[in-house]
Amino acid sequence: MKPHQVSLRHLVALCKKESYQIVRDPSSILIAFVLPVVLLFIFGYGINLDTNKVRLGLVMEDQGAEAVRFADVLKGSPFLEVESGTSRSAMLEMLQTGRVRGMLVIGSDFSGKVKNHRESAALQLLTDGAEPNTANFLSSYLEGCLQVWQEQRTLDQGLPVNALSTMEPRYWFNPTTVSRNFLVPGSISVIMTVIGALLTSLVVAREWERGTMEALLSTSVTKTELLLSKILPYYVLGMVAMTLCVLVTTLLLDVPLHGSFWILFIVSSLFLGSGLGLGLFVSTVTRNQFVAAQTALIVAFLPATMLSGFVFEIASMPLPIQGISYLIPARYFVSALQTLFQAGDVWHVILVNSAFLLVSALFWLGLTALKTARRLDE
Amino acid sequence: MMHALITLIKKELQALFSTPESRRMLIMPVIMQLLVFPFAATLEVKNSTLAIYNQDGGAASIEIIQRLAAAKAFPNLVMINSEANLQENIDDQKALLAIRIPQDFSRQIATGQAAHIEAVIDGRRSNSAQIAYGYALQIVQQYVIEQATPAQLQTAPAQIVVQHLYNPNLEYRWFVLPSLVAIITTIGCLMVTALSLAREKEEGTFEQLLVSPLTPGYIMLGKAVPGILVALLQGSIIAAAAVFVYRVPFTGSVWLLYLTMLCYGLSLSGFGLLISSVCANQQQAFLGVFGFMSPAVILSGYMAPIENMPPLLQAIASVNPLTHAIVAIKGLFLKGFTFSQTWPHLWPLLLIASVTLTLAYFIFIRRSGQ
Repeated sequence: MKPHQVSLRHLVALCKKESYQIVRDPSSILIAFVLPVVLLFIFGYGINLDTNKVRLGLVMEDQGAEAVRFADVLKGSPFLEVESGTSRSAMLEMLQTGRVRGMLVIGSDFSGKVKNHRESAALQLLTDGAEPNTANFLSSYLEGCLQVWQEQRTLDQGLPVNALSTMEPRYWFNPTTVSRNFLVPGSISVIMTVIGALLTSLVVAREWERGTMEALLSTSVTKTELLLSKILPYYVLGMVAMTLCVLVTTLLLDVPLHGSFWILFIVSSLFLGSGLGLGLFVSTVTRNQFVAAQTALIVAFLPATMLSGFVFEIASMPLPIQGISYLIPARYFVSALQTLFQAGDVWHVILVNSAFLLVSALFWLGLTALKTARRLDE
Repeated sequence: MMHALITLIKKELQALFSTPESRRMLIMPVIMQLLVFPFAATLEVKNSTLAIYNQDGGAASIEIIQRLAAAKAFPNLVMINSEANLQENIDDQKALLAIRIPQDFSRQIATGQAAHIEAVIDGRRSNSAQIAYGYALQIVQQYVIEQATPAQLQTAPAQIVVQHLYNPNLEYRWFVLPSLVAIITTIGCLMVTALSLAREKEEGTFEQLLVSPLTPGYIMLGKAVPGILVALLQGSIIAAAAVFVYRVPFTGSVWLLYLTMLCYGLSLSGFGLLISSVCANQQQAFLGVFGFMSPAVILSGYMAPIENMPPLLQAIASVNPLTHAIVAIKGLFLKGFTFSQTWPHLWPLLLIASVTLTLAYFIFIRRSGQ
C-alpha cells in the first residue's frame, strides 16, 4: 500500500485500540478530567493578584488622639489585617519570619507634631522586600490610609476640603477586575497543553520502547493511518476536556463567556492540533519515554505557563524573550481565550491568532508526518 | 547489605548518566529555565503601550503628555484622535492603557478648578493594566500638585517614609531566583525517583530486583538517593547562578542551604516513590508526577501569596513541601535566616518525608509480596 492511503477499516480498528488504551488507563483519565477541574478551581480561588489582605504589624509608641485616629483608619481598611504590638524588635522578628508583611511605627512624638503643625510628622513603614508585589501593594494601601486620615481630620476641624485634579480609572471588559476572570481562561491553555502535548509525547515513545511499534510497522498499516489513529482519539479526548473546562469555568466559577461557543471550538481545535503535533513529534524523535516527557515539559508546558502572557505580561519581558514568545502557540491561544471570554468576538484578534495557530498546527503535524516516514533501519 | 545498596545506587546513577540524552535532560532544563524564568516571570510593567486621546490640546495637557512620554514604563505612546480609535486600540490589545484628557482640562487647571482625566483599563489584563495605571497616576498627581494653588495645597501634617527591607529596590529577580532553586529541583527529583521504579516495572527488571538480596527498604533507599543527589546537584547550579550571575545576595549560611535542600529532596523522593508505588508504568508515573507538581507549584506562594487563599487551600499549602522549601530558601538568601528561623520550615519537610516514605514502603511491600 502507498504510505498516504487510508483504509477505513484499519483506521477504525487502530482508533479503537488507542481509545481503549486511553479509557482503561486511570492516569489519562486523571490528566484529562480530574486535573483540569482541580487546576481551574485552584486558579479560580487560589490565585488572587488584585485585592490583597495584607498583614501589617503596628507599633504604637504614641497613644495620643491623632495616633489612635490613624490606627483606627488602618484597622478599618478592608485591605489590612492589623497586628498591634509595642516593641519594635519583636515586630521586626515577626517581619523577618514572614508573620507580617510590613510594620508601621507611629513614633512617640507623632500626635504632638501633628497638633503643633510645625513640621510634618513621619510614619515609618518597613516592608518585607522578599515579597516585592505585596510590598508595593502595602505602601500604596498606606498612602490611601494616610489620605483618609487627613480627610477625617479636616472634616473634624470643620476646614473646607479642596479637591485636586486627578485621574480616574474606568475598566473595560472586566469591570470588577477579578483576576479570576482573566486567569481562569488563561489557565485553560495550560490544561490543553498538558492534554495535547504532554500526554501524546508519551504515546509513540512508549510504542517504540515496548517494541509494539515494530509490530505495527510490519503490518499493512500505512503511515497516514498510523498518524491519524494517534491524532483522532487524543483530539476527541482533548475536546471533551475542553468542553468540561468551559462548563466548569462558566457555570461553577461564574466567569462570563462573551464570545461565541463555535469560535471557541474552532480556536481550541487549532491549538489542540498544534499541541498534538508537537507532542507526537517529540515522541517520534526521542523514542524514549523519559526523554520525551522531559522534552515536552520544556518545549510545551513551561513556555505555556511562563511565556504565554497569561500571568506574566509579555511586553514587560526583554526583547529576545519576547521574540521567543512568538514561537509559542499558547501565546496566541491565551490572547484568543481572554478576548473570547471577556471581550467577545473581536474579529481582528481572533483571526490573527487563529492564523498563527493554524500555521503552527500544520508545521508540527507536517514535521511529524515527515519524521514518521523513517523506518526501522534508522 | 551496605555494599549491595551502594551497588544499586551506582547502577541507578549509571542508568541516569549513561546516555548523552538523559545527561542532557538533567542539566539542559535547568539552564534553559535559568535563562528564561528570571526575565519572564515578572509582575513589573515595562515597555507597555499607552494610548492618549487628547481632546484638550492646551498647555497643561501637552505638559502631561510630555511627562508620560519621558517615563520609562511607557516607551510607546500612541496618539489617537477619536472615540472609535480608542476603542480599537483597547479591543485589539494594542494598548494596555488609554488616557482621555477632557476638552477643557487646561482651562480648568489654569483657573484652579478640579479637572478629571479618564484612564481606560483593559480588564483582560487587569493586573498589569492596574500597575501601569499606578505609574501614570503618579505622573499626573505630581503635575497636579506642582500646579495647585496654595489654598488647595494644605501642608501635609504627616507623611509615610517607606523602607523595603531585605530587597531595598524591590528587585523582582531577587524574589524569583531563590524560589527557582526549589521549583526547578522539584521536576528533576520527582522525575528521577518516580520514573526509575516505574521503568523497572515496565521492563520487567523489577522482578529481578525483588529476588536480589536487597530488602524492600533498601530498594527504596537505592531509588531515593539518586533523586536526592540530582536535587542537590541541580539546586547547587541554580543557587550558584543566582549568586554569581544574577547577583542575588546570599545572607544565610551555605550548610543551612544544603540542609534545606536535603530535607526538601527527602520529602520529594517520598512523593516520587509514593507515586511510583501505585503506578504500573512510566506513563502513569509521569502523569502522576505532573498531577502532583502543577498544583504544588501554583499553591506554593510563588504565584500569589498564600495568605490571600481561602482556608482550605491554605491548609493544602501548609502540607505542600514546596511552600516550606521556598520560604526557607528565600529566607536564607535574603533575610539571613539562622537555624532557629529555618527549623520551623524544616520539620514540616521531614514530617512530610516520613509520612510519604512510610506510606510508599507499605504499598511497596503489599504489591511486591503478591
